Amino acid sequence: MRPEPVTKAEVSLRGGQAWSGRLRRNQRLRLVDVEGRACVSALFYNAADPLERYNMADTLKGQFTAFLTAGRVLYSDMGRVLASIVADDCGWHDTISGLGDAASNAARFGAGSYQTLRNEWHRNARDNLLVALGKHGLGKRDVVANVNFFVRVGVDEAGGLGWVAGNSHPGAAVEVRFEMDALVVLSNTPHPLDPAPAYGPPPVELVITDGPPAAADDACRLSRPENGRGFALTAAYLKEIGEVTA
Amino acid sequence: MSPGLVESTRDPATADFDVTLPAGEGWTHEIGPGDLFRIVDLEGNQAVDTLFFNSRDLDERYSATETIRGQGNIYLTTGTRLMSSEGRPLLTIVADTCGRHDTLGGACSAESNQVRYALEKKYMHNCRDSFLLALARAGRGMTKRDLPSNINFFMNVPVTPAGALTFEDGVSGPGRYVEMRAETQVLVLISNCPQLNNPCNGYDPTPVRLLVWRAG
Repeated sequence: MRPEPVTKAEVSLRGGQAWSGRLRRNQRLRLVDVEGRACVSALFYNAADPLERYNMADTLKGQFTAFLTAGRVLYSDMGRVLASIVADDCGWHDTISGLGDAASNAARFGAGSYQTLRNEWHRNARDNLLVALGKHGLGKRDVVANVNFFVRVGVDEAGGLGWVAGNSHPGAAVEVRFEMDALVVLSNTPHPLDPAPAYGPPPVELVITDGPPAAADDACRLSRPENGRGFALTAAYLKEIGEVTA
Repeated sequence: MSPGLVESTRDPATADFDVTLPAGEGWTHEIGPGDLFRIVDLEGNQAVDTLFFNSRDLDERYSATETIRGQGNIYLTTGTRLMSSEGRPLLTIVADTCGRHDTLGGACSAESNQVRYALEKKYMHNCRDSFLLALARAGRGMTKRDLPSNINFFMNVPVTPAGALTFEDGVSGPGRYVEMRAETQVLVLISNCPQLNNPCNGYDPTPVRLLVWRAG
């Protein structure tokens, strides 16, 4: 079953908001951190078979890195490239420090119930992603280690984690090109290690555009020999399922 | 003993359960609250890929990200609470004579071996296949969907402050072990890693010993 095509779109995400969408192969999703202090928690799935999903470990060990930036790709658990990071104004996006949840919000900001705050209530990444996934028939078993766009959590010599302030800036953008049709779920909610004293996730803009496929000399394809093999496995899969005939 | 390493006082001869798991095999086992579970790296440098589930609600499972954020450190050792996807401790590491264990490197698979080493490596045995067979045999309806990022006991995956990540020769040695206490009813899933393409097993996968002391 082919996913519904997504038209070129611009979406404004308010602070606290979740989003899900199906992106077509070669489409690009640009995320813009309007105020320079956002955290967009994200998970990615093969739209045709959501059992194939973003794999943090394979992404990191395949590229000998502990973070994401332009030139790197997001691997699925099937040895294929789900998406490539084709542009990045920040230089570092986190994928090791996980999701905020109701408990992390409550510990930092106190109660933030809907009953009291109405639509200014304190939403969190885990619950937002469960809602977004639920709209596609997915749930808890589909929540794996995620990407936190615009966030840098550093690791010191002893392995200690530390929040790195100023990783993003107003207007900073990161652009992701999809290498297969994908389901994307996003949550624009506070990172649990962000020391900001009050609950107040800023707005984020999403821009979806069509674009050309990765060229033979594409920077993500060539950045590591592993990625060349990942793109080759992806191309073989797309041919196998009839997506690509060449 | 080096600083930071913690020995257990328990004698393997008194264990209620004692099995040796050869390299390349999967294993599932259920343990209860207060039970002590020890993994012994019999010959040294052996990666033991491991996942834990709340056996009364299998949707609640080990979370690498909750665990490292919970303790503010990427390496697991004595005192580490192995956290679930719901933010609750599944087990606590109570003794460790190795010093640190990985939870960022994940499990090897036929497909990731193709990416990492060569397209023709697909036939090689790998942890994910062992996980999948063990889950199928367990008969509890669990599948690949139930394989989040795992723990690699005895494996050394250092991260530098600049963000480089590599698989290094192990910091473990013959007879070193890690022991943990279950905080709830836990289903343990292990693949004793068969990887031959990198130094995580010293290029020579070997057996591990698994011991359980029942509470009370």
